[in-house]
Amino acid sequence: MKVVLKELTKIFPGRTKKAPEVIAVNKFDFEIPDGKLVGLLGPSGCGKSTTLYMICGLQKPSSGKIFFGEDDVTDLSPENRGVGLVFQNYALYPHMTVKQNILFPLQNFKGADRLTKAEMLERAYNVAKLVQIDDLMDRKPSELSGGQQQRVAIARALVKMPRVLLLDEPLSNLDARLRLQTREEIKRIQRETGITTVFVTHDQEEAMSISDIIVVMKLGVVQQIDKPQNVYDDPVNLFVAKFLGTPPINVFEGNVTEGKLYIGEDCVLDVDGVEDQEVFIGIRPEGFIYDESGPFHCSLRNVEVMGRDVSIVSTNESSLNPIIRSIVDADNKIDVSAEKVSFSLKPHKVFIFNKETEERIRFGKDPEQAPKTESKEE
Amino acid sequence: MVDGKKQWKAWLYLLPVIILTLVFTVWPIINTVRIAFLDDYTLMDDVGGMEFSVGVHNFEKVVNNPEFLTCLKNTLLLTVITVPISTFLALLIAVCLNSIKALNRLLQTIYFLPYVTNTIAIGIVFSTMFSMVGTGFGGENPYISTAGIINNIIGIFGIEPVNWVNTGSTYWANMFVMIVYIVWNALPFKILILLGGLQSVNKQYYDAAKVDGTGRVRTFFRITVPMLSPMLAYVVITGFIGGFKEYSSVVGVFTEDMGPPDKQGALNTMVGFINHNLMSGSPREGIASAGAILLFIIIFAVTMLNMYVSKKRVHY
Ligand SMILES: Nc1ncnc2c1ncn2[C@@H]1O[C@H](COP(=O)(O)OP(=O)(O)O)[C@@H](O)[C@H]1O
Ligand SMILES: [Mg+2]
Repeated sequence: MKVVLKELTKIFPGRTKKAPEVIAVNKFDFEIPDGKLVGLLGPSGCGKSTTLYMICGLQKPSSGKIFFGEDDVTDLSPENRGVGLVFQNYALYPHMTVKQNILFPLQNFKGADRLTKAEMLERAYNVAKLVQIDDLMDRKPSELSGGQQQRVAIARALVKMPRVLLLDEPLSNLDARLRLQTREEIKRIQRETGITTVFVTHDQEEAMSISDIIVVMKLGVVQQIDKPQNVYDDPVNLFVAKFLGTPPINVFEGNVTEGKLYIGEDCVLDVDGVEDQEVFIGIRPEGFIYDESGPFHCSLRNVEVMGRDVSIVSTNESSLNPIIRSIVDADNKIDVSAEKVSFSLKPHKVFIFNKETEERIRFGKDPEQAPKTESKEE
Repeated sequence: MVDGKKQWKAWLYLLPVIILTLVFTVWPIINTVRIAFLDDYTLMDDVGGMEFSVGVHNFEKVVNNPEFLTCLKNTLLLTVITVPISTFLALLIAVCLNSIKALNRLLQTIYFLPYVTNTIAIGIVFSTMFSMVGTGFGGENPYISTAGIINNIIGIFGIEPVNWVNTGSTYWANMFVMIVYIVWNALPFKILILLGGLQSVNKQYYDAAKVDGTGRVRTFFRITVPMLSPMLAYVVITGFIGGFKEYSSVVGVFTEDMGPPDKQGALNTMVGFINHNLMSGSPREGIASAGAILLFIIIFAVTMLNMYVSKKRVHY
């Protein structure tokens, strides 16, 4: 079932009379397609949890509407929306066994929906199998590992067959290895159940790997909504460009003069059709080509060999990051003792941004760089 | 680790406390046990260097003493009745206090006041509130000059005045006053503990329950109560211990008579029994010590029982 958010806004009043109010979510407009996994991505405090809580009904929007399918659920209380919610720290009831935890939502069903004991158990065991915890049913949450607790939390959210599944930073309490493994699991479970899912995270890598669609937020405002690869390849502004990618994008100050892009004295790229102005320039680490006769000169710091690739660490006066990290093929023979290193650039890995608005300025005929018309989903 | 020199200093600093504890706690306990098992012990003879034979004579005297049985009965009744009532009320009030936002601080302070007020003073206020002053009440010339506020209040509802605490009052009227008093006096501490417990319950459990459509009653019994169970266990166990030590509350309401003027000692308690025997029993110290040890055994047994039950029911 699709979920539609219409100008969804949440304003928290200031704590005191004088304190300013906080606009946690500002006019969020989005249609989550049926059966998709949407990643809500942004730094801490940007309003991700608030958005999620409004979708599930724990918080009332200040304005705007929420639709599940064709139903307006804006004024429905959480229990009438049919949502499953997984909390950041799981919120498993510590005094109940895994089985009791999973059964708990089913026992709340009333009237015609009421299940028999046998039906409840069957559903609990089915969902436990799905998340692979059916052999842990008689344990208490305290006797489980973080990853197992996480699965129990998902099972508890899924057992009532929700129309929408909401996950609030579900992996942030797991160690790195388990995080990788569990996000694959979540992806698998989502595919198998086909439940429309919203997944909140501040970890861009996580969002990129798991989501069908990514929503990037900043200070309550949606920045960009697109498929993960598109958001990476075609960021709409400097914030999005900086937020996605590991290692992060390299940002420089520079200017455009007569259709040429300058970083310091170096004329690094042709940018046809861009007016003369001061700009920020973002270059992805993989956008550099090691080229002794290349136009972009930097001071070589050191070279890190990573097997398949080589990471060249250098500095440049115009760089806004303390170091520039460029990743090039290991076949390049790099003179490690040299003081200077020169690059040429891949135009589709170079983004330029207006210095005031930090909005993207598009240039050239490269398809990646051409302004996009509506990137509609299927 | 603390090295030798520092350790020496540490002991020096602890010395005053250690000495005081030894003199006023450890030795009295040992001496109580000793005295309890010395037949017909009296302090005078002990000081005089007399030898006593070891035995359970004191205990025999205690358990055959009708006064002791009254005290045991009173203590048990008061404890068994007041602990559940006060725990239940405290839970109710704590939940209410926790759920209201306005005047939260003020109400908490009001509920906490009895805790910092002197027990005897409260007792005197209670005995005044429940009293029925006025000569000749119920006689040929029935007039009541002033009655306590309770009788005035129930009078508004057309209920006959009750003789709660004065001459001629019944045992259960007296007990009723004591129960109300003890429950009221026990509430603040219990509310404080339970409120602290409530405030430390992670709000997300309630959010999770809400999303799952859990009703209020079910949320209370399946989430709030289990989450509070460590505090509830603590409050019940200390409540039982406090109940068995009940004494000053009776003094507060009935003075050292431990009962209405015409039935002295009718509401005496275990601690009262020990106290009175220290003053006027025979043999005084022997009986008091034996009573103290019996009281200890009862408290110990009940606490063990409580712990055993809570082990099964409490979720830490
Ligand atoms: N109950 C609240 N009262 C006031 N401000 C809040 C409340 N909840 C969240 N906020 C504020 O709203 C903003 C968004 O919070 P949140 O949605 O929790 O961010 P995120 O989940 O993205 O880290 C933050 O600035 C936060 O301080
Ligand atoms: Mg959050």
